[in-house]
Amino acid sequence: MPRSNTAYEIGTPWLYEGYELVVGLEVHTELKTRSKLFCSCANEFGNIPNTNVCPVCLGLPGTLPVLNKTVVELAIKIGLALNCEVRKSTFHRKNYFYPDLPKGYQISQYDLPINSDGYLDLPSGHRVGIVRAHIEEDTGKITHMGLSGRMDKSAYSLIDYNRAGVPLTEIVSAPDIHSPDQAREYVVELRGVLMALGVSDGRMEEGSLRVDANVSVRPMGSSELRTRCEIKNLNSLRSLVRAIDYEGKRHVKLYMRDDAPIQETRHWDEARQRTDSLRSKEEANDYRYFLEPDLKALAPTEGFIRGIESQIVDTPKLKRAFLNESLAGEEMSDQVEKAIDLELYPYVKHAIEVGVSPRLAIARTANELAATISDAPYLSIERFVEVLRLEEDKEISPSQAKVLLNAVTKRDESVSDIISALDLKKADDGETRSVVETVVAQSPSEWARFLEGQDQLMGFFVGKVMKLTGGKADGSVVKDTLLQLRQRDS
Amino acid sequence: MEVNPLDLDAYSLSGAVLSKEISVSEVVRSVIAQVELREPSISAFLHFDPEALLEKASVLDEKVLRGETVGRLVGVPVAVKDNMVTSDMPTTAASKILEGWRPPYDATVVELIKDAGGLVVGKTNLDEFAMGSSTENSAYKVTRNPHDLSKVPGGSSGGSAAAVAARMSILALGSDTGGSIRQPASLCGVVGVKPTYGYVSRYGLIAFASSLDQIGPIARTVKDAALLLEVIGERDPKDSTSILGERPKLVEREAFGVESLRIGIVSELVDNCSTEVRDRVFMAARLLEERGAKVDTVSAKAVTLGLSAYYVIAPAEASSNLSRYDGVRFGLRKDGSSLTDMFFSTRTEGFGDEVKRRIMLGTYALSSGYYDQYYGKALATRGLIRRQFNEVYKDFDLLLGPTSPTTAFAIGEKSNDPMAMYMNDICTIPSNLAGHPAVSIPFGLADNGLPIGVQLLGPDMSEPLLFQAAFELERLAKENLEDARA
Repeated sequence: MPRSNTAYEIGTPWLYEGYELVVGLEVHTELKTRSKLFCSCANEFGNIPNTNVCPVCLGLPGTLPVLNKTVVELAIKIGLALNCEVRKSTFHRKNYFYPDLPKGYQISQYDLPINSDGYLDLPSGHRVGIVRAHIEEDTGKITHMGLSGRMDKSAYSLIDYNRAGVPLTEIVSAPDIHSPDQAREYVVELRGVLMALGVSDGRMEEGSLRVDANVSVRPMGSSELRTRCEIKNLNSLRSLVRAIDYEGKRHVKLYMRDDAPIQETRHWDEARQRTDSLRSKEEANDYRYFLEPDLKALAPTEGFIRGIESQIVDTPKLKRAFLNESLAGEEMSDQVEKAIDLELYPYVKHAIEVGVSPRLAIARTANELAATISDAPYLSIERFVEVLRLEEDKEISPSQAKVLLNAVTKRDESVSDIISALDLKKADDGETRSVVETVVAQSPSEWARFLEGQDQLMGFFVGKVMKLTGGKADGSVVKDTLLQLRQRDS
Repeated sequence: MEVNPLDLDAYSLSGAVLSKEISVSEVVRSVIAQVELREPSISAFLHFDPEALLEKASVLDEKVLRGETVGRLVGVPVAVKDNMVTSDMPTTAASKILEGWRPPYDATVVELIKDAGGLVVGKTNLDEFAMGSSTENSAYKVTRNPHDLSKVPGGSSGGSAAAVAARMSILALGSDTGGSIRQPASLCGVVGVKPTYGYVSRYGLIAFASSLDQIGPIARTVKDAALLLEVIGERDPKDSTSILGERPKLVEREAFGVESLRIGIVSELVDNCSTEVRDRVFMAARLLEERGAKVDTVSAKAVTLGLSAYYVIAPAEASSNLSRYDGVRFGLRKDGSSLTDMFFSTRTEGFGDEVKRRIMLGTYALSSGYYDQYYGKALATRGLIRRQFNEVYKDFDLLLGPTSPTTAFAIGEKSNDPMAMYMNDICTIPSNLAGHPAVSIPFGLADNGLPIGVQLLGPDMSEPLLFQAAFELERLAKENLEDARA
């Protein structure tokens, strides 16, 4: 992530003039279902505008909503993965006028959401409460044409109702987040959960995952909750971090001159790197929530919920736990975080399950596999394990294993053919020892310094040996030989 | 003299069509002739297209000739209230805001009628978006009572009731949110049924107040009403509030009688009526008793709160249901200099006064700070009414009362006094709030020559019993009273 020109540094706590940040996040995620929330229209991104529409999602007079069962299953999955209580819930109408809202109201959940009172543990160990995760419908997409991007200044506007009625889950966190970095960590972890569950494709830029931040500040150490502002238009993790930092500082500056923020919705201006007031108070909406009379209460049975629970296997938390347990106390947390990636995890998991050393499997996954996975047409779990086994059995050296792994992902040949083609047979140990002796003889001054105890020169010799053997030497044999020679010469 | 098909009931008519005694084209020609005769003075229809009708008739006739399977309503004319969408006719809900709108789909009830071989003859007039009790609130025309052209037909299903009463159709569909089927049926001297909430699909019914709206039949006889309800009463997966399971048979209840049925007269409902109407209710009670029913009076105080609760709940839901008429996707659009301006001009011009009044009432009732005081309280009252009814139904099978406090009133008489107009629904609203079924049956004429209707009410899914008693009341009226037909 590029550094912003604001003072906040990623990975540090946030403290400004004695104030701390209090942030709660609302994450909207589009659910990956075949059809929409209340009708059978396709739920697909990128189709020709207004082709995935019907009388129901266009809100034509006389139409009625029918709840999509798959949406209920996915929402419960999210709730269970976020440690929520899954309860009997109801639907409400949220009333407001806007051209992208076909019925003049959005069907959402209000006082009785399907999931409530959960939490999400972040990799850093911080726990963020989940207030609720409820079901609602998406709106259409409006594009303002000509002159300016804002409606009041545009020549005309186009509306695409393909998105109208697409199922969403809104996940509302407690105000437990205290730095921009924690907010980023929360979103990354939550996105990992949603992708692992298979309920969302997690694309922030395409809008399938949308984040609003409720930001306030308070004097460090206090437990009060001060006036918050809701920040919208956070289209990337970078904007999220910068906007929260900016907004927190804006509040502190107001308090420092005896002023105070007003509760309002603000818009993150990416170009100007600042937040702006979106609506004036006069236009504040009264949504007139009331129970949706066209839908019945949603009361999933215990059996239905347990059935969904049994399908949840690979959340980041569960993946992390599996890898750490396999490592039996060994610390590899950075690599573990990389290896639990949605695409990488199946490889490392399988390798460990068939008996490859967890340490080796995690290292090769987090380093080599992560670097090549985006362009790996010939990679398969079997080929990955085959390479790791060759390395583990010392048939090839670690550096050869890295070369081989990369080649195996890109070449449509068997692993043994690739080994032959690249001449990746590990050097004979005796051969390696004689190369080491040659190198030592060629570099008398370095050798003298090594004998005097400059251990950092070990790398120098290993590198030379590798160069001469074309990477075929086993690094550990080289090191052993060097140490034996040092003992002999000193 | 030849039999006019319009003199037959739906049962006999479909039989005659099946046995090829009468062709559907002949039926349609009779309908057209009757409409030409009566419609100019009554104005029951918003859409009536004789040529399209003749075409549909010849298609049906060919089917009959080829011996194809045709349904139970083959060749039977059905007039449809213009708040139910039809793919082959415009649908306006009697509002300017939907003028010229052609729905791309058929309401479930319309599909069911077509599947049964029924002929949708046209779309009938109503109070705009079904908001009213006289059909004077239509943006297009004022419908007149076939019994007396200076009187209202009632509403909001006034067009459907008048069309059936004037024999321009044999059957009709109405919708009932607070009495909109039963009250015009009563004022026009025909049978009107509001089924249990969820009995008939609302898919394709332009919503007024979703938790109260229910479609039901209007017919000249109880048997025809039963037949039509059997056709349209189907579980519909497109309506989440549709009751699960099979609907009971109703036509077969014709000969069951009322022997040992326990029938209660709700004193709070008769208290608010004209003497003439009240006397007729007690007369009906006495006659039912003679046929073996056990009749007693009963008090249900909560029903007096119905009107107040209704006029919070119905407008609240309406204010939300009518938000979609914004000029963006269909219907009327009035351009404006800004988005808000366009919404404002479209809705100002598209909606009539009564609709605006209810949108404002409902918006206010749902506003933050007022919700508990109005909407919350109205919901609590609604629960109370339902519980009190169910308490009464422990001792009674059915209840008996008036449908409308008076006979038809004069056109213009109450149109400037909303409260007087709202009072018309005082006897019918409680059933909607409870979700219960009720039937209005013509029970003779008043001294002024206008029809009086009596109402039977029952608990959830009591349609078979209600029809059983309605059949009996119909027989009693025939034996003891003047013919109430227009």
